[in-house]
Amino acid sequence: MSQYAIELRGLHKSFGKTEIIRGASLAVAPGERVAIIGPNGAGKSTLFNLISGRLKPTSGEIALNGRRIDGMAPYEVSRLGLARSFQVSNLFGKLSVFENLRCGVLWSLGYKYAFWKFLAGLADANERAEQLVRDLNLERKRDTLAMNLTYAEQRALEIGITIAGGASVVLLDEPTAGMSKSETARFIELIREVTVGKTLLTVEHDMGVVFGLADKIAVLVYGEVIAFDVPEAVRRNAKVQEAYLGSVLADAQAAEAGH
Amino acid sequence: MNASAKKYGAMGARDLIIWGIAIVVMLAAPLIFTSSLAITMLSQMGIAIVACLSFNMLLGQGGMLSFGHAVYSGLGSFVAIHALKAIGGGSFPMPVGLLPLVGGVAGLFFAVLFGFVTTKKSGTTFAMITLGISELVFAASLMMAEFFGGEAGISANRVVGKPVMGISFGPQIQVYYLLAIYTIVCTAGMYAFTRTPLGRMLNAVRDNPERVEFIGYNTQRVRYISFIIAGFFAGVAGGMYALNFEIATAEVVGAARSGAYLLFTFLGGATFFFGPIIGAVLMVVAFVMLSEITKAWLLYLGLVFLLMVMYAPGGIASLIMMNLRVWKFGKLGRVLGWYALLAVTGAVMFIGIAAMIEMTYHIQLNEALGPVMRFMGVELNVKSAAAWIGAIVVALIGIGLFEFTRRRFALHWGEVQGEIEAAIRARESA
Repeated sequence: MSQYAIELRGLHKSFGKTEIIRGASLAVAPGERVAIIGPNGAGKSTLFNLISGRLKPTSGEIALNGRRIDGMAPYEVSRLGLARSFQVSNLFGKLSVFENLRCGVLWSLGYKYAFWKFLAGLADANERAEQLVRDLNLERKRDTLAMNLTYAEQRALEIGITIAGGASVVLLDEPTAGMSKSETARFIELIREVTVGKTLLTVEHDMGVVFGLADKIAVLVYGEVIAFDVPEAVRRNAKVQEAYLGSVLADAQAAEAGH
Repeated sequence: MNASAKKYGAMGARDLIIWGIAIVVMLAAPLIFTSSLAITMLSQMGIAIVACLSFNMLLGQGGMLSFGHAVYSGLGSFVAIHALKAIGGGSFPMPVGLLPLVGGVAGLFFAVLFGFVTTKKSGTTFAMITLGISELVFAASLMMAEFFGGEAGISANRVVGKPVMGISFGPQIQVYYLLAIYTIVCTAGMYAFTRTPLGRMLNAVRDNPERVEFIGYNTQRVRYISFIIAGFFAGVAGGMYALNFEIATAEVVGAARSGAYLLFTFLGGATFFFGPIIGAVLMVVAFVMLSEITKAWLLYLGLVFLLMVMYAPGGIASLIMMNLRVWKFGKLGRVLGWYALLAVTGAVMFIGIAAMIEMTYHIQLNEALGPVMRFMGVELNVKSAAAWIGAIVVALIGIGLFEFTRRRFALHWGEVQGEIEAAIRARESA
């Protein structure tokens, strides 16, 4: 029995004739913080969609804490302790910050589809949601509707909903996308704080964020994980250099051709 | 009630006062409006309130646009009327006062059955499936005469056996008080639902079904259970209808009634819990009184609906809440003058347009009565050019003045809202 938090074995995903994920394999130990990097179109977001149940793999296996989850619906994966955030904030627009977070904690505390209990009486859910409001530094916006928040606040709430259910494995899809430099620095600190002790997978373009958050880096190129190691080793890896240099060369050529 | 419980959405003193007033109004209304027409209308309002509130569990709270809600209230009516017949025949020993619950169980049963199909999908697909089921049930009602009674419908007598403590449900006032109790209990029940985990997740499904799946909830299950609960309350309304009218005909499951629930829930305001209550009251007023005043009442209704969708999509409830906010910030005085102007110019516009509508209807329907008709105390000859030109001129002047006022008002309103938002921001950062 493997006791990896997340394990991908020979994962394939095709859209029509286009193969996006071509035999990706990855094994992440519990508590590891992994950044997935790769050129545009490498399949990073698709990989997250496969793991979180949004898409079903064409073939291959995905295991969460040793348990197969490929082919499960997102809510089933979520109930087993895997949560994800989205690149474009995916909130409950007409509910307040507090209500958004309370929705995030309800299932994990066992309230399910209850219509015979009042929300106001759920002390544990209310305390947890209140704690999250404080952790995210959104006290002042506690009763503001999600759709009326600033961009950075929406990104914070996005992370808040993701971690609200107390999942042990957290997937963050470009958490700092669209943020300014100073916002990003503060935000990385926030993510570090709220994901202590969890297994963390992030997709990132910003190398500053990658080195700030990750213990290990997985490099995804053309739907395959070509390297998975500590940052120093990945930097020295010949295949990675080739892949990245290749794309840099291609960019340079494209730029020249444009002249 | 302490402050921290209130923070989590528990009912505060103010909510209790509003509920108390609503209950007193319901109980005292027949003492003030004592005519038999008034009591008939009040009874129907109770039924409509339960029906529209149950409809809004789907529309306002769950974002599910149902074109077939009358299926559940209507089938509730039919099952209840059969139960009432059975009670009268002595084969079903049950107090008549519990009849709405029979309707409720029937509504619940059919919601379990049909909801399993409809709630698989959301959005447009959901709307289409509900429309299909509505047509299906209506067609069945014309075919299965034993259950639906064909053209004549099914009728029964609610006065059964000896009066219990003087209550026989013969007099309408006794029925009214029974319906009032059901209305209050059902309203409280549906309000309570909005404050439960399922009720809140239903809002979440409305706002963002995709994200709901990633926080552990099956959106189909959330929709399905909520649909069943809405079906139950719709069925209770149907049972109340059966008790009140002692008859059920095919039109109670028809598309027109489903459309009326939709139209008036929207008019009242789907975004606030109390909106459909306003809508339900208007529904009865329109059906009973407006239809007496003019034959063109459906046309006016359509116009009002159109204007509401375009200019106040939150319905009357949202208009009330917006003005309450303006009032709270002490700026209501600045818009009241504008309201008066809008009312006056709107009235001019309305008189011109209404005169044309009424003259057209007169030509189409009352030709035999001669060319002269009375409109707002004035005699108009529908065959004379002067009457038409007059109406057109009044309408054009009205439209021009109203539109001019409306644009100026919109600017002014935006200014007031801007000030309020600035005040809120200042308060937040303080």
